[in-house]
This record gives sequence, structure tokens and C-alpha cells, in this order.
Amino acid sequence: MPSKVENWKSEVYGNEIREHLMEFAEEGWDAIPEDEHDAWFERFKWWGLYHQRSGQESYFMMRIGTPNGVIEPDQLEVIGEVAKEYATGPVDNPEFGEAYCDWTTRQSIQLHWIKLEDVPDIFEKLESNGLSTQQACGDSWRNIVGCPVAGKDKHEHIDAWPIAEDLNETFKGNDDYANLPRKWKVSVTGCDQGCGQGDINDLAFEPAEKNGELGFNIRVGGGLSRKEPRFARDIDVWVPPEQASDVAAGMSALFREYGDRDDRFNARIKFLMDEWGPEKMRRVLQEEFVDFELPTAGEDMRDQYTYNAGHDDGHGDHVGVHEQPDGNYYVGLDVLVGRMGAEDTIELAELADEYGSGEVRLTQRQNIIVTDVAEEALDEFLSEPLLEDYSPDPHPFMRGSIACTGSEYCSLSITETKNRQVRYARWLKNNVELPAGVEDFHIHLSGCTASCAQPQIADVSLRGMKTRKDGEPVEAFDIGLGGGLGEDPHFADWVEMRVAADEVPGYIENMLSAYEQRRADGETFREFVAARDEDELQALADAEETSYEDPYMHNTKMTWYPYADKDDMSASPAPTDGSGQPITSDD
Amino acid sequence: MTTDVHQLDDGAWISVNDSREINVSDLWLLARHEFCDCEMADFLAEGVVEVGVDHPDIAARFAGRCIHCGTEGITDWLTVGRVIDPDDGQFYGVVPESVHVPRKRTRLAGPE
Ligand code: HEM
Ligand code: SF4
Ligand SMILES: [Zn+2]
Repeated sequence: MPSKVENWKSEVYGNEIREHLMEFAEEGWDAIPEDEHDAWFERFKWWGLYHQRSGQESYFMMRIGTPNGVIEPDQLEVIGEVAKEYATGPVDNPEFGEAYCDWTTRQSIQLHWIKLEDVPDIFEKLESNGLSTQQACGDSWRNIVGCPVAGKDKHEHIDAWPIAEDLNETFKGNDDYANLPRKWKVSVTGCDQGCGQGDINDLAFEPAEKNGELGFNIRVGGGLSRKEPRFARDIDVWVPPEQASDVAAGMSALFREYGDRDDRFNARIKFLMDEWGPEKMRRVLQEEFVDFELPTAGEDMRDQYTYNAGHDDGHGDHVGVHEQPDGNYYVGLDVLVGRMGAEDTIELAELADEYGSGEVRLTQRQNIIVTDVAEEALDEFLSEPLLEDYSPDPHPFMRGSIACTGSEYCSLSITETKNRQVRYARWLKNNVELPAGVEDFHIHLSGCTASCAQPQIADVSLRGMKTRKDGEPVEAFDIGLGGGLGEDPHFADWVEMRVAADEVPGYIENMLSAYEQRRADGETFREFVAARDEDELQALADAEETSYEDPYMHNTKMTWYPYADKDDMSASPAPTDGSGQPITSDD
Repeated sequence: MTTDVHQLDDGAWISVNDSREINVSDLWLLARHEFCDCEMADFLAEGVVEVGVDHPDIAARFAGRCIHCGTEGITDWLTVGRVIDPDDGQFYGVVPESVHVPRKRTRLAGPE
């Protein structure tokens, strides 16, 4: 039996949602029939609008999909202006102020506190500048990710940007692929460093050579969610660049036809891959979904992958100053937990315009890159005051921090995330000496098992939990160690469970000191973890309280907004009308 | 009017007649249960797996963990609230922190 969501989708889905959305927006929040809320909020996702969590009714998170993270000249300013004008909620965030943009782990942009009534104006402003929220959420082709410096990188074999662009143009708004059983995440990598993160996507294109020609090998079925992490598996197919979109069409049609529409929990293609295996996946693709002979896999470049591979060579996370093939430079800036104030965003747009081409790019580590800076302009750009806050040369603890949305806005969350991770990073920077030689250390914090912050591929993985302290429930984290990508990707091993949130920094400090004392010569942290079994790892370090203080220990999910002075659910102003005034209930 | 119950956003919450009623992240105390070996399981609900109606009860099975002993899994059916009068559709939720006894089955269930 198709799920309820499938029934709603079969009534109205895809492009046609827009006219309804616009009608509701014109008439106001109250115009959505009360017994159709669930159906419409499920559908609005397809146009990038995600209803915020309980206590924040009538407010939406809005996601803008920027393929490959490429933000063209002038677009960043538009994004900053939209955030400034429309993304202000009833209460400020104590770390980030009143309006901000989130750069996400899938190279997209998230704005919060969006009112339905403002959507037409926002869409007009975005779309007249080539930006779109279409399919940014919902069950279809999501934002396409890739190496964020595609076309600007010296390590590149194929410029993956035109291919990502072509896939985006082919599949965005395409009715044939608009209604899939679940989200469909695609990655295109063209460089030999592996920074497209193909391994954790539903469909991955990875550089490979066949008979002297450069193209892509295909992997299928990666994903991290729900304690069922999978790396994408090699289906033994190679495609030349000009056929990438045919194979993508075939694979997403296969998913459309064979993905599970009865049980959403079983719908992602990783579960079909579990069931079928790569041989059958290839056979069905060949027999039913493409009309040319699929070549077998070519020779890949995975043995050269350096991105998040556990050692410190290559361009790493793209932060810092790097030369482009054309002699200009790109400058990767660290944005702690991916959140940048609207004013700062507008200022950065001006700087990108002044010193570079105006283009910027988002990375899958929640950072931003200013491209095309001429050598003569570098020094002056680097001395801009804004770069003190968004540094091209950040402390490793700042640089390595990623955090998801969490209990600030997200329904699925167990814990607070971004503000806490900011405090963790600052405390670690001020109190913990990294072992000599460690310049890269990744700490990823996710508020629940959906794993939006990709915790399983970090040195230290934090996943939202609860525990009791002196009998009282407090926010906590499961701690995993030693995850990463590279030639042989590895998910973190979960080592320490339910550590109270205020004891996590102490744990990390103790673990790093154990690593420093016991590591073999030249042994990386990832190798150090891999060389030990669970019991040994557990014995290495304990969690403990330190001078770190955590203001979010209580159940932040039970508040209407964790940082409000009056945070009780009953103090929520939501739902509110188009001007932010509480709508009094009519019964 | 029939009572319309479903889980949404990947099991984040339970909708009863298009109103968000039960959320994940609460702790539920379970007695006379088979979830783990604890006499009282201190169960953190991380995701709604299945919902059902057994008039007047609204029931659900959750994925999560006993934060006392660490056992992970899916609960049997828990009554999460009641809709006494299907015509007005008014939902009366239970208090998660009080004691609950899971049941083996519910009458009208459906995974989503
Ligand atoms: C309101 C905030 C958000 C909500 C409600 C949300 C919801 C979800 C859900 C339900 C899942 C797991 C289910 C699935 O795999 O289909 C998920 C996974 C994921 N989401 Fe989010 N998400 C939010 C924010 C974000 C952000 C900010 C990003 C970054 C772009 C993101 C990227 C991801 C990734 C990378 C995964 C897991 C890996 C995978 O299986 O592909 N999400 N999200
Ligand atoms: S990991 Fe969980 S808490 Fe964090 S944004 Fe994703 S769904 Fe929400
Ligand atoms: Zn137990």
C-alpha cells in the first residue's frame, strides 16, 4: 500500500505545486485549510520550503540549491539581501544575531524564519538573478554536489562543472524525474583528490580513464542516515562525459520505478542496493533504462584521493590560498559551522567583486571560497578586516568543525547543535594543544541520526543523544572516532556512548593527549584509531567536566526557541501572520 | 470524521488530524516491557516507526534507546494519547515521563 505521502504526491506534486503555493502566499497562512496542512507542507518541500519545528508554526526554512556550490557574480549579494530582509525571526540567535545564511554540507544555502507571505517576493528576487529553490528539498533530484573548485583547480582531470551544470539543467524541473520515491543525491567529481564526496551520495560520477579517454566510473547507493550508513558501490560502468546525463537519466528512472513507495524508511536507493547488489543494479540499468551498451568500469584515480583521507597533503578542505591554472588564486574562507551573518554576506559579496570576479563557491565543509583573485590583489584582500572572522588560515579546531541545524529549527533533532559547536571549537582552541604535526582535525556534530553534518566521516563524530546527570535528563552525544573518506573510506567507530554535552570537550582533550603519548612515529589519528579495537579505544580516554560551560544542557527541543528569554512552548508567538503578529486561535 | 494519524518528516513527529502532537526527543518510562533488561526502561524516542488507532487510543512504535542500559531498538505499541470524540477530533496527549506499558498489537496500524 502506498504511503500517505505517496498519496499526497500522486494528487499534486512537482512544478504544479508552485501555483498553489503562490495562491496561499497571496492569501496568507490562514488560507491553507487546517486539514490539509500536512499534505501541503510535504509538497512545499519540492519548492525548497521546509516547515520549521513544533513551536515555530507558520515559519519556514528555505533552501536554495546552488549546483556544485557555484554562486555566480552578483548572486551572493542577492542572497545576503534576501536573508537580511526576510530571514529575521521573533528572537535573535545569541551567537549569530538576527539574520544569517547557512552554507550547508551539500553546497546549498539555508535561510530560516521565512514567512509564506514573503515567498512570491523572495522567488522573484532569487529567480531574476538566476537562483532557485526548486527541488532543494522533497523527493527528487536534489542539489548536485561536486568538487567546489571545479574548473579552477590544478588537480583536475575533467572540468566537472559543465557536467554538473548540464545535469542540473536536464533534471531540474523535469517532470519525468520530479516525483521519485525519496530524495536523490548526485555528486560529480572531476579531480584526483576526491572532494566531490561521491561515496556518500545516491549516484556518484568519479573520474576514470578508459582506452585513453577521460570519463567517469559510476557508483550507486551511498548515504549516511538512520544508523544505516553506506558507501556507494561500484556498478562497473564507465561513461564518457557526453553520456553522463543519459546514465543519470537511466539510474534515476530505475529508482523511480523500483524504489520502495510503500515504506519511506526503506525508500533510498541504498536499500535497493542492499537487496540487489551491484551486478543486478547494472543489469537492470542496462536492460531497461539505457539504449546503448554500457562500457565496463575504467581505471579510477581513487589511489590519489587526498580529500578527507586522514593525512595532510593536497588542497585538503579548500581553505587557504591556492593558485588556479589561469594564474589567479582562489581563497577559501573558514565559516564556523557554516553560518554567516547577512551583513557579513553582503560585505563578502562586495569584496569578491572588488578583488575577484565576484564569483564565490560553497564547499561540502560549510565553507566559502572567493575565486579569481589576481596575484597583485591578494595581499590587500587578505588584510580585509572581514577575513579576521572568516579566516583563510584558521585554527584547526575552527577549521574542522561542522554542525547541522539541530533543535534550533529541526523537527528530527534530539539536541542543540550549531551554537554548541561554536562553543566547543572556541574552548578547544583556547585550552587544548593539538599534538605536533596535526593540522587537520575534523569534528562533525549532528543533532540526530539523520547525519546532516556527516558525522561518520570525521575524526570525531558527535551524534545527538540524551543521558541523565544527577537524575536529570540532559543533552548528550554518542562519540565516534576515526571516520573519513579517501581511497578506502571508513565510517567512524562508535566508541563512547551518551556523554553529557558538557563533558565532550574534556573527552576530546583526553583522547588527543592519549593519541599524542601513544602514537607510533608518523601515525595519523585515523590510523591510530584503526589500529585499535573498541575496548582499547574505550580505555584510552574518559569524558569529564572541564572549565567548558554549556548553556544548552536542558531539553532544548521542548522550548519553542532555545535562546528565547521566555523559552517555554506556551510563550511562542507562532503561528504568526505575514507581519509577524501572533494569530489568535479561532476556537 | 475518522481520526487521521500519521508520522511525518522521516518519523520526527506524529500528526493527529493535521496537528503536530508527539515529537521525538522525549524520554518515556516503560514498565512491563520487553525492550531491554531494565525493570523500568528510560527510553529516548528518536523516531516514530509506525502509528495506529485503537479507538480511543492513538498508539505508536518508536525507534530509540534505553539511556540507562544502552539497548537500541523499536518499542512495542505505546499509547501516545486519545481522541475521545472523533467528531471534534480533540487530542489528549499522555505525559511521556510518566509510566507506560507497551502492548503487542494495536487494531489499525500501518507503516508509512
Ligand atoms: C530543517 C533542517 C533539516 C531537516 C529537517 C533535515 C532532514 C533530513 C532528514 C530527515 C534526513 C535523513 C533521511 C534521509 O536520508 O532521507 C537528512 C539527511 C541528510 N541531510 Fe538533512 N535536514 C535538515 C538540514 C540539512 C542541512 C542543513 C543539510 C546540509 C545540506 C542537510 C544535508 C543532509 C545530509 C548530508 C544528510 C545525510 C546523508 C545522506 O543520507 O545523504 N540537511 N536530513
Ligand atoms: S542531523 Fe538531525 S538534527 Fe541535524 S539537521 Fe539533520 S535531521 Fe536535523
Ligand atoms: Zn534498559
